[in-house]
Amino acid sequence: MAECGRVDSNTSHTMDKSITLPPDEIFRNLENAKRFAIDIGGSLTKLAYYSTVQHKVAKVRSFDHTAKAAAGDKLYEISMQEEVTARLHFIKFENAYIETCLDFIKDHLVNTETKVIKATGGGAHKFKELIERKLGLKVDKEDEMTCLIKGCNFVLKNIPHEAFVYAKHADSEFRFQTTNPDIFPYLLVNIGSGVSIVKVESEDKFERIGGSSIGGGTFWGLGALLTKTKRFDELLQLASKGQHASVDMLVKDIYGGSYGYLGLTGDLIASSFGKSATADKDFSKEDMAKSLLHMISNDIGQLACLYAKLHNLSRVYFGGFFIRGHPVTMHTITYSINFFTKGEVQALFLRHEGYLGTIGAFLKGAEEDNPNQYSWGENYAGSSGLMSVSPDMNPMQRARSGTFDMLEMDRLERQLVNLPLLQDPSSYIPDTVDLTEDALAREYWLYCFEEALDGVVKRAVASQPDMPEAALRAEKFRQKYRHKLQTLRQQPFAYGSLTVRSLLDTREHCLNEFNFPDPYSKIKQRENDIALKYYQKAVKSLDELSWEEKQFALVQGVLAGNVFDWGAKATDICIFFFIPLSERPWLVDSYDQWLERLKGPPHKCALFFVDNSGVDIILGVMPFVRELLSRGTEVVLASNSGPALNDVTNGELQILTERIAAMDPVIEAGLREDRLLLVQSGSSSPCLDLSRLDKVLAMVVRERQTDLVIIEGMGRAIHTNYYAMLSCESLKMAVIKNSWLADRLGGKLFSVVFKYEVPAGKPNKDCGAFSPS
Amino acid sequence: MDKAKSMVDKKGASGPFHVNNGQSQKVFHSHVMVATNGSCCSSSSNAFGSSTVPSGSGTFENMHHLHRGDDAECSGSPAKRCRLRRRTESVRKHRPPFPWFGMDIGGTLVKLVYFEPVDITAEEEQEEVENLKSIRRYLTSNVAYGKTGVRDVHLELRNLTMCGRTGNLHFIRFPTQAMPRFIQMGRDKNFSSLHTTLCATGGGAYKFENEFRMMADLELLKLDELDCLIRGLLFVDRVGFNGHPECYYFQNPSDTQSCVKKPCTLDNPFPMLLVNIGSGVSILAVYSENNYKRVTGTSLGGGTFLGLCCLLTGCETFEEALEMASKGDSTNVDKLVKDIYGGDYERFGLQGSAVASSFGHMMSKEKRDSISKEDLARATLVTITNNIGSIARMCAVNEKIERVVFVGNFLRINTVSTKLLAYAMDYWSKGQLRALFLEHEGYFGAVGALMELLKTTEDP
Repeated sequence: MAECGRVDSNTSHTMDKSITLPPDEIFRNLENAKRFAIDIGGSLTKLAYYSTVQHKVAKVRSFDHTAKAAAGDKLYEISMQEEVTARLHFIKFENAYIETCLDFIKDHLVNTETKVIKATGGGAHKFKELIERKLGLKVDKEDEMTCLIKGCNFVLKNIPHEAFVYAKHADSEFRFQTTNPDIFPYLLVNIGSGVSIVKVESEDKFERIGGSSIGGGTFWGLGALLTKTKRFDELLQLASKGQHASVDMLVKDIYGGSYGYLGLTGDLIASSFGKSATADKDFSKEDMAKSLLHMISNDIGQLACLYAKLHNLSRVYFGGFFIRGHPVTMHTITYSINFFTKGEVQALFLRHEGYLGTIGAFLKGAEEDNPNQYSWGENYAGSSGLMSVSPDMNPMQRARSGTFDMLEMDRLERQLVNLPLLQDPSSYIPDTVDLTEDALAREYWLYCFEEALDGVVKRAVASQPDMPEAALRAEKFRQKYRHKLQTLRQQPFAYGSLTVRSLLDTREHCLNEFNFPDPYSKIKQRENDIALKYYQKAVKSLDELSWEEKQFALVQGVLAGNVFDWGAKATDICIFFFIPLSERPWLVDSYDQWLERLKGPPHKCALFFVDNSGVDIILGVMPFVRELLSRGTEVVLASNSGPALNDVTNGELQILTERIAAMDPVIEAGLREDRLLLVQSGSSSPCLDLSRLDKVLAMVVRERQTDLVIIEGMGRAIHTNYYAMLSCESLKMAVIKNSWLADRLGGKLFSVVFKYEVPAGKPNKDCGAFSPS
Repeated sequence: MDKAKSMVDKKGASGPFHVNNGQSQKVFHSHVMVATNGSCCSSSSNAFGSSTVPSGSGTFENMHHLHRGDDAECSGSPAKRCRLRRRTESVRKHRPPFPWFGMDIGGTLVKLVYFEPVDITAEEEQEEVENLKSIRRYLTSNVAYGKTGVRDVHLELRNLTMCGRTGNLHFIRFPTQAMPRFIQMGRDKNFSSLHTTLCATGGGAYKFENEFRMMADLELLKLDELDCLIRGLLFVDRVGFNGHPECYYFQNPSDTQSCVKKPCTLDNPFPMLLVNIGSGVSILAVYSENNYKRVTGTSLGGGTFLGLCCLLTGCETFEEALEMASKGDSTNVDKLVKDIYGGDYERFGLQGSAVASSFGHMMSKEKRDSISKEDLARATLVTITNNIGSIARMCAVNEKIERVVFVGNFLRINTVSTKLLAYAMDYWSKGQLRALFLEHEGYFGAVGALMELLKTTEDP
């Protein structure tokens, strides 16, 4: 009884055909593009293609030991290499630009392997001939609903914070949902010109269980008749300004008040348009549009609830052009669902709802590449974000300036999964503070990142001294990132919940975008180099301490190393172990429990998420690891797959560990006996999302029966995971190096967080039963 | 209030109940203390303020019984009738004074049922106060009252026995908008002097309660509309429609050629899904006379159909709207599946003739400019009807009820909707559900209210 997202072709409006953005910034990476897909709706076209991106990556390579002298004192060699990665591009634009866009694509398309373009959407047949003529590709139509579902599954699985709840009057209108690894079953209510209600049970199994003919087309068609307003957006605009009570007959119009016996409040609509039958007066366009919007939203909401109830489903996603980014319709649908289910079912919306069809069509065409076997990540640098085009704000303006919306998804080298040790993956939220909801914190952090931008630009330039155009690129980076920050100030919800992590990640994406893959590489190299020289001395002085003193010194070492961060001078290192950390008790202090635990039996296996290069990893973490190994605990060191700030990468850590092993028999034995493992986390972020970790890491964690997780540093243990609940023992260590944050947590600058937790129901029975070895 | 009164005065003449004003007022006053049927009620509010409404179903059974017993003798001679009256003396004692009204004040229409006793004895006639006579004469000798009041003569239930009296039950309706004039008339007629109880249900019973009290010195006995609806419906179904069944359905609903209306009985009515389509829609799951729940409702009802039709076509009445709709073709307005897919949408088993988007064609300016009012009226009717059908069907499935009874004034003279509902229930449920309709569509609430009047006074 419904169609999806199609609208009458006659309704497409004429507007000037100039593209205001330079097209090469829109259709990026066209040279190697292949596997095109297109979804043409009533007013918007969505284009998808797959392409490869060449970008520079920093690689480290250990010097040949025999050639060591020739290389000076450098630990390892850093080189910039070209790497090719896969990227999916999705672009959304007004139908009016189709021709211009197709011409542009034709001119820039070098790759000629592609013969077919997958097409979906109601406009596909209308433009078939045009596409075939312009691009020389055969148009291959795919079923709309199949595409829609495929696209929906893809975004739900691959994009964190894809789904959200809309709450108009809350502090934050968008409340993003944590990604539940198990996305099925769900109900998709697609509100195109009609409504389709689809139950999705698995990747390939879905069924249209119902629908309604009262949908977006009814709002548009009936609205146009009633108000003489032609455009859908303008109708919504009218509706947002109207008062429905002058047109609708409310319960109180019939009862004089509420219908208490049934618990129906007086403001409830008893009869939509009920007053227009009896009152001899003219109704304003705004009021009629509002009444119509309520009528249709309530009706759809009611049907959705009836179907959800019948099929016992609680996750209901709404999509289709009626919803597409329109706060007005999201609000009325949400209201309706709340009313009819009394809050039992939440209406969920999707950030990339408009792209579902084209993503699905693309996936259909790319089945031989098996895109579903990879993990994909949203490239913040190349994606416009939610509401980049906010149709309701000013429809007239929108008609004049061409607006393009983009989404880019990078194929990740590794498949990402949950840490198996999460207590409840479905409720795990990595981030400690949601800046979307916390306006004060948002203000502060946006300011912070803006302030720090100059420094980042300088460092980026300095990291590539022999590249003269680096300054220009760095300037472009500055512009891009500043623009992102400005966008986020206006629309904090653009990429899901705004967090310190997302701000950091966006910065990394923008740096990568302009070929600054690792601005800290040289600094890291120097720091590592210096710190290594003190390793033996540090270990020696630790070994001279009593058992109890040593345990404390080790903890202090990790914390102090973390304070050092980057830019430590050689002379400071001498006093490394004497850094006056804040007095105990610390801000969060469960050291005594930890010490007690150490008196007990050794852990089977510890998973250690490491942080910075240099002093931190070499003089802080490694001695700690050494002690764990000596106790008989296996250790898995998880480090970043790619660079982020001065964090030690897996590549660097391999070399460092090798060098340490050469000096330290304990580490050497650990490596040799496979009791010390270095694995990548799968991330390139200064923060840590335990729900998106390398599959290999997850496998190792499971195989080794990991019973202790150690997380170190502000980014991983404070900004993220501070509240993470694990199913095994965990230790979170960090020094708060930001006075604002320290203040927030009720402490001072350089306050120490030492959080040792044992999950409920797993008391440490053996605690204190063993004497120290 | 004064303002309201003057407004009423001005419009008074065009009111639905315009009875010769000045004269009867005098009569009212002169017979204040005489109660028609001999029972003496000190005041209506006292009589009912303390009475409790029996909740058991026994009352209902009794009435049913009474009715049948009397029916046989009603056709007999006047003498026989007299004997009967003496026999039922004890019942009579607790009979409420005439006139007997039941009233349902909805959002759009007021439904009034009036019991006209036909077994009045000469003695009784003598005792009868003048204004009571005048009311009876006025109501029974006219079929239209003022400009907007109408008596549905074809629905009249003749020779009905209620509470030991035989008479005809009349069905009258007028727009809720005319309520102030109606109340004004009650005041002018000094209706309060009759010591009758005005049993009223529907939202208006609450909304207009104060006006009745202040303007006409009348105390309403307010009754819940759903209670009344179910009670009235079951009663009318039981007594039948002048020897014919009250209930009907459509045979072969999926085939326009052979689709025919067939009478039937609700012998074993429970459980039933009761869909009441007035201005808005209420859907009830009814398990017994006193055990029911409101499953849901929708604001897309008769009021929406008429409201949209008025806005879209400039029509003014339900009759006009339906007349236009009967001539129109909704497929010029609605987009069908085949308009989009060129035929059936097989992937989802949708027929090409199914409506994909109501008013979907109206997104196009050219089509908007050339569409006829009749087509728009038809599309509005079809849209609202299909939607109600769809929600009702889902509720029936959720509640596991196979019998769906549609009532309410939206269905009056509206065979397009009744047939569409019958078709929708049958088609989408693959024959599992059956749509049933009742001849007295929108009057059950008013009948239920009247029964409450008779029931309360039966208590000793």
